[in-house]
Amino acid sequence: MRHRHILSETWSGLRRNLTMTLAVIVTMWVSLALFGAGLLAYQQVDLMKGKWYDKVEISVFLCGTVSAPSETCEGGADATEAQKEVILATLENNPEVEEVLFESKEEAFAEFSKAYEDSPILDTLTVDQMQESYRVKLVDPERYQSVVGQVAGLPGVQAIQDLREYLDPLFSWMNLIQIGTIVASALLLGAAALQIGNTIRLTAFARRREIGIMRLVGASNFYIMLPFLFEAVIGAAIGVLLACGTLASGVYFIIIQKAKVSLKAFEWIGWSHAGLAMAGVAVVGLALAIIPTLITTRKYLRV
Amino acid sequence: MITFEQVSKTYDGQQRAALRDIDLEIAKGEFAFLVGASGSGKSTFLRLILREYRPSRGRIFVAGRELNKLPSWRVPSLRREIGTVFQDFRLLPGKTVHENVAFAMQVIGRSAKDIKTQIPQTLELVGLEGKEKRLPEELSGGEQQRVAIARAVVNDPKLLIADEPTGNLDPATSVGIMKLLDRINRNGTTVVMATHDSTIVDQMRKRVMELNKGRLIRDQSKGVYGYQ
Repeated sequence: MRHRHILSETWSGLRRNLTMTLAVIVTMWVSLALFGAGLLAYQQVDLMKGKWYDKVEISVFLCGTVSAPSETCEGGADATEAQKEVILATLENNPEVEEVLFESKEEAFAEFSKAYEDSPILDTLTVDQMQESYRVKLVDPERYQSVVGQVAGLPGVQAIQDLREYLDPLFSWMNLIQIGTIVASALLLGAAALQIGNTIRLTAFARRREIGIMRLVGASNFYIMLPFLFEAVIGAAIGVLLACGTLASGVYFIIIQKAKVSLKAFEWIGWSHAGLAMAGVAVVGLALAIIPTLITTRKYLRV
Repeated sequence: MITFEQVSKTYDGQQRAALRDIDLEIAKGEFAFLVGASGSGKSTFLRLILREYRPSRGRIFVAGRELNKLPSWRVPSLRREIGTVFQDFRLLPGKTVHENVAFAMQVIGRSAKDIKTQIPQTLELVGLEGKEKRLPEELSGGEQQRVAIARAVVNDPKLLIADEPTGNLDPATSVGIMKLLDRINRNGTTVVMATHDSTIVDQMRKRVMELNKGRLIRDQSKGVYGYQ
């Protein structure tokens, strides 16, 4: 009997405020979907960062037959064995360096051939035109400057290339997108929370007679609050389900069906990441329903 | 049942005290009238008993509880010991007589079985048998007040607070309501009734407590309304 009463109160509350309930559901849906997309973008960027930072190495190109004369290179001559030894020793003694690999002209040519398999450039190139290089792995990829500075002026070094120069702008764009999504969804989520508070105020007003009598005859605060809590949680749950559905179809149609197929070079997020984002959406969605309800009912249902 | 010890109440932002240094005791099973002009502090007195407010000074005991020390979450348990009736009935318009009375039992978690046995008895007590399915709007004022009284006593409170219960009723109907309250009192429920109705007070010859500008100026057993 008592449970039936709570359920019927919840149901009549939802019906009475149908338009407000719909508004809450739609706002929750859109803001939570956006929030979930932010979480997915965050994981995607993390994934790419992890993958690429892992690969990032400093390439120390040595002087070769094709390099123009400069302060450190005698034009048209390979770096001497002595020069190479100095460079290698310098790199290996640097505590920031994790690993140093030597890439010979032959290996460089093989890599190049693989990358430009069908290109006509290959026909005009010979092994001799390739450059020897040291591939340096760093302990902490963020601190590449010290290593670059140390070997930059050594004789026999033609150029130093750091992949991060190219990746950093990309990552800063991605970070911006991450922050943008999260800020936009935070604003919408804030609006959704206010809307829930307002709906509850309306419901409390519509039920003021019942609430007055409940307080008078000694119904517990929790009992009085329960229909409001249910109402908010049901609205939020529907919003969460719709948002999760949106995220799932987004991941399926955009990532799994399109991106993973056509952009194989990149690492892409999958269902496990989507599951994590959905869990986040569910937690935030329910918290957004429960917290404003507790605050507003505390304010309007005070004994 | 009720003890006031040096109780004063001043509302926030007001200079004058609504109640000043009230000292009184209402015993279990008593019937007491609370009289006085509008603004004399009758409503404040009743609201302090219901713990809608805390006193500014002094101590109040109701049904064995010291209200000053009663935490908010214990207030519902106090209210379950008190039935309340108002001048404006405060029935739920969309609910039948039966549903209005049942509501008071449902919301404190009484079992369906209790509700089934208790309501016919209570409706019989207040003289509404056969009208269970009526809506409040289909009832006369006196009948509506009987529904409100049924709702107030259905959970067997130790104390019944009535705030001008006959204020909206004609004299003949009022007599019927007073007889009902008297019967409830004889069954052992303590009754405290605030009223302006001098005829009723003079007829009943019960204890009369008179408030004037927040002070208790008269407390008389078998009293009359006053000297007009």
